[in-house]
Amino acid sequence: MLNQKEIIQTISMIKDQHLDIRTVTLHISLFDCISESAERTADNIRRKLSPLAAKLVATAEDIQAKYGIPIVNKRLSVSPVSLIGAASGGYALIARAMDEAAKENGIDFIGGYTALVQKAMTPKEREFLLTIPEVLASTERVCSSVNVGSTRAGINMDAVALMGEVVKRTAALTADRGSIGCAKLVVFANAVEDNPFMAGSFNGVSEGDSVVNVGISGPGVVKAALENIRGASCDVLSETIKDTAFKITRMGELVGREAAAAIGAQFGIVDLSLAPTPVRSDSVGEVLEAMGLSVVGAHGTTACLAMLNDAVKKGGTMASSHVGGLSGAFIPVSEDIGMIEAVRKGALSIEKLEAMTSVCSVGLDMIAVPGDTDASTISAIIADEAAIGVINGKTTAVRVIPAVGKKEGDEVEFGGLLGRAPVMGLSRGSAKEFVSRGGRIPAPIHSYKN
Amino acid sequence: MKAIVSVIGRDRTGIIAKVSGKLFEMNVNIEDISQTVMQSAYFTMIMMITLPDGVGIADVNAALAPVAAELGVEIRAQHEDIFNSMHRI
Repeated sequence: MLNQKEIIQTISMIKDQHLDIRTVTLHISLFDCISESAERTADNIRRKLSPLAAKLVATAEDIQAKYGIPIVNKRLSVSPVSLIGAASGGYALIARAMDEAAKENGIDFIGGYTALVQKAMTPKEREFLLTIPEVLASTERVCSSVNVGSTRAGINMDAVALMGEVVKRTAALTADRGSIGCAKLVVFANAVEDNPFMAGSFNGVSEGDSVVNVGISGPGVVKAALENIRGASCDVLSETIKDTAFKITRMGELVGREAAAAIGAQFGIVDLSLAPTPVRSDSVGEVLEAMGLSVVGAHGTTACLAMLNDAVKKGGTMASSHVGGLSGAFIPVSEDIGMIEAVRKGALSIEKLEAMTSVCSVGLDMIAVPGDTDASTISAIIADEAAIGVINGKTTAVRVIPAVGKKEGDEVEFGGLLGRAPVMGLSRGSAKEFVSRGGRIPAPIHSYKN
Repeated sequence: MKAIVSVIGRDRTGIIAKVSGKLFEMNVNIEDISQTVMQSAYFTMIMMITLPDGVGIADVNAALAPVAAELGVEIRAQHEDIFNSMHRI
């Protein structure tokens, strides 16, 4: 029998501490949509996505009403489009079909405009990468991701060099909207196949026909729990985070299983991520500060983040039958009020953020940099992050916005969950010669495990 | 189907009467009820209810919304599984 304290705790998490299901993402295979004609491929995709999208939205609304837990985003995610359109070409037509299916059915974002080129690029994949800027500028809800490195393959420096140009061109083509196209483009190393979060979500080639993956939120719940144990030791801190992560992950498991059953899809995973939003008390930065930092970015931040990330995983793992996705704390600057304020105060630099990415999930995320940043510098940032991921056997990513016309200290406003980003300064040195070498950085020695 | 109805807000007369009256109109059975008044003004009431066939949680929430507005309190009905999954292994 439930007791009153438990019931009040759950209600208070939802009502006061911003606990929500950040996303229910329906991953859909498009391999059965391939044809030799781009028009027919796009038609097949539209026909496959629309009914599933409608079902996802209706199901999410039912679950929200039944349990009283907000489901913030309903998303779709498809097989890597670079593969789906390889026989037909016409990648832009396919992207338009995805965008329309999303818009017509109330889907927030659709991921999967994706290429996996960690080892090499086929001519079709190169052609695909070059379409990304136009696609992100001309569609509203399509998200794109490109995997340029893996622990098994090393880092494809030709793709890294090309992606610097792609990011710059995407920024230029969406300059009138704060270069927002770059917020829908992420460059990965060790990309995962079942990530429900955007912009990097796609349905991996080894995944099923339709799979529900769930991303939870909950920085506000962790922060509230930590505020009750001021002065306690790190052991107590870690246990408290584990306990809280267990509870919020159970929400994800419940919602994911129910959504999958209602849609007739497979239940995939719960992504154990603490995903912030730009509102106060829903911030990973504030969680780190509640651990005892005067401001996120202070020395000690990396240690706090490492403990937070690990404790979230330990608590969450027991709460879910299948854990996957990115699973860890997210540190997107523009989407986290604590991070935004720390950058404004000059307490959080890009170098510190890079160090933080070595101990948490993902990487340099939603960071605005000066608009005149050279493409080779963007490539070098991608290479640095990929190196952290490849060497440490973890996912890393870069989602930077070289905001056209903006310089260090300016701010870019994206609105909604994407928030606003103070433009951060970068090192003034150049890596042009290094980036232009191309080729492949070999896989690290510890990847040879067979 | 079992659900939990929670009422949270400033204490005043008639909260239990109005909420349980509305549930009675819908043929909803109240299995358990507990209430506390904290800090002399903050009222919390929890009811465990069983819904008759054909009545969904959304219906209960819709029926209770005008009661909540009239009383100036927050009322929500939620399926019991959200609490069970969070607090029970």
